Amino acid sequence: MNLQILTEFTINTISMGSLYALIALGLVFVFGICQLVNFAYGEFFAVSAYTLYFLGTFTSLPWFMVFLLGIFAGVAIAFLCEVVAFRPFRDRSMDALLVTSFAVSVIAQRVYQLSISPRPKAVPIPDFMNRTVTIFGIGTPLRNPLIIATTAVLLIALTLLMKKTTLGIAMRGASENFTTARLMGVPANLVILAAFIISGLLAGVVAIFLSARTGSVEPMAGAGPLLIGFIAVVIGGMHSLPGSVVGGFVYAGISNVLSLTLPTTMLSFRDAIMFAIVIAFLVIKPEGMIRGNYHEERVG
Amino acid sequence: MNTASRKPSASRKPALSSFSKLSTPAILIVVLIAVDFFAWWLNIPFVEDIFTVGTIYLVMVLGFQLFMGNSGILNWSYAGYIAIGAFASAILSMEPVDKLKYIPVMYPFLVNLHMPFPLALLLGALFSALVAAIIAWPLMRLTDSVGAITQFALLIVINVILSQWQEVTNGPRTFTLGQSRTTSLGVALFVAVLAIIVVFWFKESSLGIKLRASRDDRYAARSSGINIIATRYLAYISSAFIGAIGGGLYSHYIVSITAAAFYMNQVFVLLTMLVIGGSMSVSGAFFGTVLITLAQQGLRQVEMYLTVHGYIDASGTTEIALGILMILFLMVLPNGVTGGREVALRIRSRVREKPKEDSVETV
Repeated sequence: MNLQILTEFTINTISMGSLYALIALGLVFVFGICQLVNFAYGEFFAVSAYTLYFLGTFTSLPWFMVFLLGIFAGVAIAFLCEVVAFRPFRDRSMDALLVTSFAVSVIAQRVYQLSISPRPKAVPIPDFMNRTVTIFGIGTPLRNPLIIATTAVLLIALTLLMKKTTLGIAMRGASENFTTARLMGVPANLVILAAFIISGLLAGVVAIFLSARTGSVEPMAGAGPLLIGFIAVVIGGMHSLPGSVVGGFVYAGISNVLSLTLPTTMLSFRDAIMFAIVIAFLVIKPEGMIRGNYHEERVG
Repeated sequence: MNTASRKPSASRKPALSSFSKLSTPAILIVVLIAVDFFAWWLNIPFVEDIFTVGTIYLVMVLGFQLFMGNSGILNWSYAGYIAIGAFASAILSMEPVDKLKYIPVMYPFLVNLHMPFPLALLLGALFSALVAAIIAWPLMRLTDSVGAITQFALLIVINVILSQWQEVTNGPRTFTLGQSRTTSLGVALFVAVLAIIVVFWFKESSLGIKLRASRDDRYAARSSGINIIATRYLAYISSAFIGAIGGGLYSHYIVSITAAAFYMNQVFVLLTMLVIGGSMSVSGAFFGTVLITLAQQGLRQVEMYLTVHGYIDASGTTEIALGILMILFLMVLPNGVTGGREVALRIRSRVREKPKEDSVETV
């Protein structure tokens, strides 16, 4: 019996952790290269999820086309944000970038509210994703093993991209020292655009699995993943790609443990506890669990 | 090499005389009083309402400027302190009968608290400052994006606690203060005038100068013996205090509040006001508030007109327009309409000659 709970806990934590790792990774890709804490990141999910809703409800496209177009929508919005909203501010202060990304996110949320609906919309998801499969004697929806497999594939692909290709090496160089990388002939626009596109791609993939879990999309749908990404990134390390993946898994672990152990009256305070942990992490270990290259985060 | 030629701003722009400096708060106060007096004189409840809320917002933006403008740290948690001030002063000033009526689940010892409005406002703000004082010290070490994320996380923590603690804030439900408004245009104006004086005095005080030095060059400031953490800490607490006063005025004007009203959207509005005005100066906070209040009201009228006359359902377009406005402003005028400078009466003294460093530059 206890073993069963443990197995269930492990499967849940690994599948949630995979999802959160992807979310955090998308945030760190952009942060690592242009130091932008991207508040508009949540909107990449929302746009992607709304695309899934539209295509699934109003067209009869096969599910894999819907998924591909959903991911493509995430990439497209990330591309658009970079070119239209962030490029003009690149040489400005970090605060200007941050404020812009926040403004973009507020604008986007109002636009869905006005043009679609302030209320949640059901996202049609193919049945097989929610079909129950049995792993180690535990019944779990198929989407859980699927997200674990997808994350594994994506992580391997991204690792290869970063280690083996010219683009990956250029991106790593840019995240280490942007100015020097440019002097070495790395085109700034290309590298930043690539980071945003990867970010949008990851958001698109995550949107599919998140929609499968919640079954609906609403104007504030991006806020949840954004906060998850923040926590995971802070725990894992803001300047390290592996760190963000580790952070995603650790966050899933802490969150599951809290859900199991907190008394029901305290459950509504779970977010407060999560963010208190984040603050504690930032204060005690601002570089996160895995340290990237040198950055000054503290004075004194 | 001549080091003197490296500081063009110092040679081009002579330092303000003390008269010019003092003229800044004087101008702002005169403009504010004139505008509010005009609103009162018109005697149209709708206009008076706009200007009262605008004046309350001015208090909040001034407190926001005090920390963010001088330290350069984006202070998300500010809305949390506004909320604490709003709820604390409301709990202190409400009649016990009203509390039993509107918030039946409240702790008995809170129900029995009752004091006059000015005292409640002050104590509520002190309480908010106390909260800031307890949690802020370790957070002041963090800068840049880490600092911003910490403040963001803090805002979420405060908001979750306020919106879930039924026995104090009535939880996610509306907290009603009573039937009548305590804050009037005159009260708001009085507090705003005080706030202008305090925030301006802070900026020019040695603490403010130290804080601005730490914003402009952290290393130089530290090597000049400035304790950056302590400086930020004091400013943060002062900022929380002023914000909480603004929150108290707000809750006693709006009369029914929820924790959700003091969250990201509020930060967004305050940030828009400060950024468009110019976060580096008190004048920026002032003119930003005036401009955005007017723009908001104008846009809202257009929105209502469009919706009522059935062209389109335009509710919510105000925020979209404000967001776009903010991005455009940041593109064209990154330092806001005031460019981070103060309005001041400048007396051109003919005695001051062109500084000699200029000629050296060509060598």
